Amino acid sequence: MLALSSVSAAYGSFQALFSVSLEIKRGEAVGVIGPNGAGKTTLMRVISGLIAAHEGTMTLEGRAITGLPAHQVVEQGIAHVPENRRLFPALSVEENLRIGAFIPSARARFSERLDWVYQLFPRLKERRAQLAGTMSGGEQQMCAIARALMSKPKVLLMDEPSAGLAPLVVAQVFELVRKIRAEGLTVLIVEQNVQQVLEVVDRAYLLEVGAIRLAGSAAELKQNSVIREAYMGL
Amino acid sequence: MDIYLLEAIINGILLGGVLALLALGLNLIFGVVDVVWICYADIVMCGMYAIYFLYAQYGVPLPLACAIAISGLAGLGVLVHVLIIAPVLRSPPLNQLLATGGLLFFLQSFATLLFGTDFRNIGVRLPVLEVATMYLSFARLIAFAISLVGAVALYFFLKRTYLGTAIRAIAQDREIVGLMGIDDRRIYLAVSAIGGALAGLAACLLALQYDVHPFIGNTFGPVIFMICVLGGLGNMIGGFIASFVISQIIAIGGYYGSTELSYVFAFTFFIVLMLIRPRGLFAP
Amino acid sequence: MSGSRLVAAIVLLAVLSAIPAILPPYFLHLVIQILIWSFIYTAWALMGRFGFVSFGHGAFLGVGAYVPALLWNFYGLTPWLGIPLSIIAAVLLAAVVGYPCFRRRVVGHYFALVTLALSQVVLLSLVAARDVTGGSLGFTQKAVGHSWYALQFPEKGYFYAIAVLLWLAGLAIWRWIDRGIGREALEAISEDEDAAASIGIDVMRAKMRVTIISAGLTALGGAIYGQYVMYLNPETVAGIAVSLQIVFAAIAGGVYSLLGPSVGALLTLSLTEGLRVWFGTNFIGAANTIYGILLVLCIIFMPQGIVGALQRVTLPRRAPAKANATETPQSVTRRPSSAAQ
Repeated sequence: MLALSSVSAAYGSFQALFSVSLEIKRGEAVGVIGPNGAGKTTLMRVISGLIAAHEGTMTLEGRAITGLPAHQVVEQGIAHVPENRRLFPALSVEENLRIGAFIPSARARFSERLDWVYQLFPRLKERRAQLAGTMSGGEQQMCAIARALMSKPKVLLMDEPSAGLAPLVVAQVFELVRKIRAEGLTVLIVEQNVQQVLEVVDRAYLLEVGAIRLAGSAAELKQNSVIREAYMGL
Repeated sequence: MDIYLLEAIINGILLGGVLALLALGLNLIFGVVDVVWICYADIVMCGMYAIYFLYAQYGVPLPLACAIAISGLAGLGVLVHVLIIAPVLRSPPLNQLLATGGLLFFLQSFATLLFGTDFRNIGVRLPVLEVATMYLSFARLIAFAISLVGAVALYFFLKRTYLGTAIRAIAQDREIVGLMGIDDRRIYLAVSAIGGALAGLAACLLALQYDVHPFIGNTFGPVIFMICVLGGLGNMIGGFIASFVISQIIAIGGYYGSTELSYVFAFTFFIVLMLIRPRGLFAP
Repeated sequence: MSGSRLVAAIVLLAVLSAIPAILPPYFLHLVIQILIWSFIYTAWALMGRFGFVSFGHGAFLGVGAYVPALLWNFYGLTPWLGIPLSIIAAVLLAAVVGYPCFRRRVVGHYFALVTLALSQVVLLSLVAARDVTGGSLGFTQKAVGHSWYALQFPEKGYFYAIAVLLWLAGLAIWRWIDRGIGREALEAISEDEDAAASIGIDVMRAKMRVTIISAGLTALGGAIYGQYVMYLNPETVAGIAVSLQIVFAAIAGGVYSLLGPSVGALLTLSLTEGLRVWFGTNFIGAANTIYGILLVLCIIFMPQGIVGALQRVTLPRRAPAKANATETPQSVTRRPSSAAQ
């Protein structure tokens, strides 16, 4: 479905990714775990076109998406839930969702998508007229995910969906991820909360200092001693 | 109350309408593109010349002349963005101010070169209404009404359409809109066109009331910036309210003193207010 | 090194003193104007180089020009007292607006627009007080012929000498600030005010000092200009137009190097003058039209200013030899990183 082969990227003169390759199959949920500053967010931003890769290729369903600007990547079918949610705080919940459906293909079926998203997250329907910036962190994360879903993506990228949320809310967010998976979406999720993320993904990659160090199924990685010691504190 | 003072206050409200329209355009551009068009009032000057020549010289019917001026200035707005703003979009704010300041200089000089420094009037004589011994200019009433209609139309555009929602979104988070499938460059073009069209509408309304000459922008330009800053740069509602505050100061100041003195009051008020509330009247 | 600098200084002085004898009056007039405006632009650059972009220097210039002229005409007060008074007035104005501005952290766009309003206040006040100032018709000083007391010299040579001294004094002050501890502090402030404050820099003091010096010098320049041309018009010495003119010329020449503002004055004034002669009076506005286009192009393609751009081109080859002769290349090469933010 989504494949990266030997992708490298840099912020100015600081190289953040070194020849990263990974692959996600249709319907799969894949996690990328690793410490702060490992390049996880960079990886997401490279895929969605916010940062240009200076080496390597990326394909979605076999078609190259390397070098496309962000707004065209969305049209190809990749939606990105950014780190820290990044809702438009002074727009209402429904306006945020409308922005999520900005691309022509989604715009044409806006009300249908809206119904679907509201059915998935009934809470948002209650809050539809509220300004997004005034909601709780968990609700904002819900709204950010819903906004990404509005474009009817084939692949959903989620960057640290649990960051900055209270433990109880974190559990709810991972519940949301399960719900989305159940809808048949392909998901790539970046997390520092290793224990929880390994419960919801099929496979995961360990990213350290901009390179992939380990890869395996969630079950394998849960047993891996490196991961248990360094990332799960066991 | 003194009937002349009341007349001044009403005229102030009427003047506020057109200023509000211009403040909306400038604020829209600033809020979205993050560049202050120092030359905004001089774009209006171009529109006034367009109406003068189309209507008074070539006999194009006034509504058509206005339509041409509005769409022409929308095009000019796009041109300004592409030629001057886009190249300095990543430059320090100072350079952006100066680039549009250079354009101000160019527009004023070029107008002088083409049309000379004569004051020209389109020669539409609208009646003066006498209401309870007060004299109210019909042209100002029309200008006020149309300005309000324009402002309301802009409000609904921003509130109800995809493009309008995207415009508000980009003003809140510039970096992330790409992830929503929004091409920021196209939004900038759209906003520059809308800003130009609003300047064109203002030009139509001002041409009814004032003579056009190459430096007419100097009369309105500084006042419009002041209004935008008072309302909070990029804050459209704040700018809208500030327009009426400033126009009242100008109108009442003009009643007690001279026209220039009324502007001195307004600018002094502005400076003092900025020092009390540096982020504008309505900043949280 | 100091030997060659001495030679250069002597040559410069020789050239400067030969100019009034050689040049025809018209060109001498132009040179005097260039020198006076160079001084004014240099005064602006004292602030501008640290990112305090003032559009209010038209206000200080207007105060500087009008105060001595009005005092002379109405009270017969000699400019020797009138000029210091005008400088005090401009400094007070700068302090009254500057202090709260800095205290309330009015920066960037907001600072530019507040100072722009200030120059409009002075312009419109001058126009409004038309009974005293003649309003937009302008104001002519009472002429008394050659007089040290009135600081009036029909003979251009005197003003030439004054203008040269003024210009050199401006450069010396620029150099003094550039070399002093103040520069480090101001650069730190322009990068990050909070960080500067946290390492013990007195932000207010540093900003106020440079603002007051800049405003006072601008007023002095305006006063000398007024004494020289003997005719004042609010539009040419106050308001937005002249503020923009100051900012443009200083930026065009380059605000990060000693001679940048002077180069700006030389280029802009010779250009407008040259274009005016070229086009004659048949095409009013043609000169300024071309000038406006050049300004825009200059801002887009040479944001470092002409001197900055030249130094960037020539520096790599000459850097080792020049490094000792002047410290300006450092400031120019350092600049791009901070300007890019």
